Amino acid sequence: MRRRAILGYGAGGVAALGLTLLAGWWQVDGSGALAREDDGRPLPLTAMEFDLVDHEGRPVSPDMLVGQPSLVFFGFTFCPDVCPTTLADISGWLDELGTATHELNVVFITVDPERDDVEAMAEYVGYFHPAIRGWTGLEEQIVRAAEGFRATYERATTDSGDYTMNHTSSVFLFDAAGRFVSTVDYHEPREFAVPKIRRAMEQETEGAT
Amino acid sequence: MKHVARSTLAALLLTPVLATGALAGSEDVVVENAWSRASIGTSRPCAAFMEVRNAGDEAVTLTGLRSDLAMMSEIHRVTTDARGVSTMAPAGAIVIAPEETVAVAPGVMHVMLMHLRRPMQEGESFPLTLTFSDGGKVTVAAPVLGIAARGPEG
Repeated sequence: MRRRAILGYGAGGVAALGLTLLAGWWQVDGSGALAREDDGRPLPLTAMEFDLVDHEGRPVSPDMLVGQPSLVFFGFTFCPDVCPTTLADISGWLDELGTATHELNVVFITVDPERDDVEAMAEYVGYFHPAIRGWTGLEEQIVRAAEGFRATYERATTDSGDYTMNHTSSVFLFDAAGRFVSTVDYHEPREFAVPKIRRAMEQETEGAT
Repeated sequence: MKHVARSTLAALLLTPVLATGALAGSEDVVVENAWSRASIGTSRPCAAFMEVRNAGDEAVTLTGLRSDLAMMSEIHRVTTDARGVSTMAPAGAIVIAPEETVAVAPGVMHVMLMHLRRPMQEGESFPLTLTFSDGGKVTVAAPVLGIAARGPEG
């Protein structure tokens, strides 16, 4: 009986989350997004507005990324394959870029703030390259962030009764002026990824003048 | 036939694979380069990877797998659509043609280990049993590498 009650609450929770996500979808992907002029490219970082916290609990916002080129991507720490692979790939690119990495912002934004609190993000990014920062925050702020990057995500229930997140797995590259340069697609070979990042970094001087 | 017997024997000698039962098909399956990433505690699912080669001359169907480490294990396929959105879903039964190798590799497919009974720690190794439609089973030892590992070499 107790088990049934718990399952009942679980189902209610799933329904409530479904509604929240539907609202999120409407804003990110649905008519809410179509209302504006949209070429599908991420907005400049200077035109985005959202407030999150980093994995050290400090308040962060997109304007803080302007001044250095940036790599930004979405994911979640309960992700068994795509996210650790992306983080490991990025760690490899950063190793190849060597000392230049202190001139680069690298930000991992969670699409699963319910499970990814500051502590979870801190532990998770700690396994990868030290330049990688983890951002989390309120669901509504994550929705706004995804909207700015033209990223999408949705919750999907698994066979085991848990949930997973489907999400944009591309890495977004911005120049130092905060302008979108290109994406590095999931699992793109290093020989393509690293030159793309170098190009974004070279635009730093142009952006500054 | 001699070639098949030899490759199966070689596989048994070279990799920690144990095929059971005198069955058609799955006895010629060779599992290579198995590895997994370490887990963070037990609440997050973990992924294992491997190459499953059918060294025989009949198609085999991989129907599932199990590990004592996880209460639920299944093979998931990752797909990324034109907009760059990645989704994972159970791969279902996987038919492996003769001489074909199925790569359960990062970003393509993974063995999703769910509801871990204990954390998977880097440096240890755990048995993973693959089951086939002919009733055959193949058990492989999968070493646990770091969370940031990108392949069987780390």
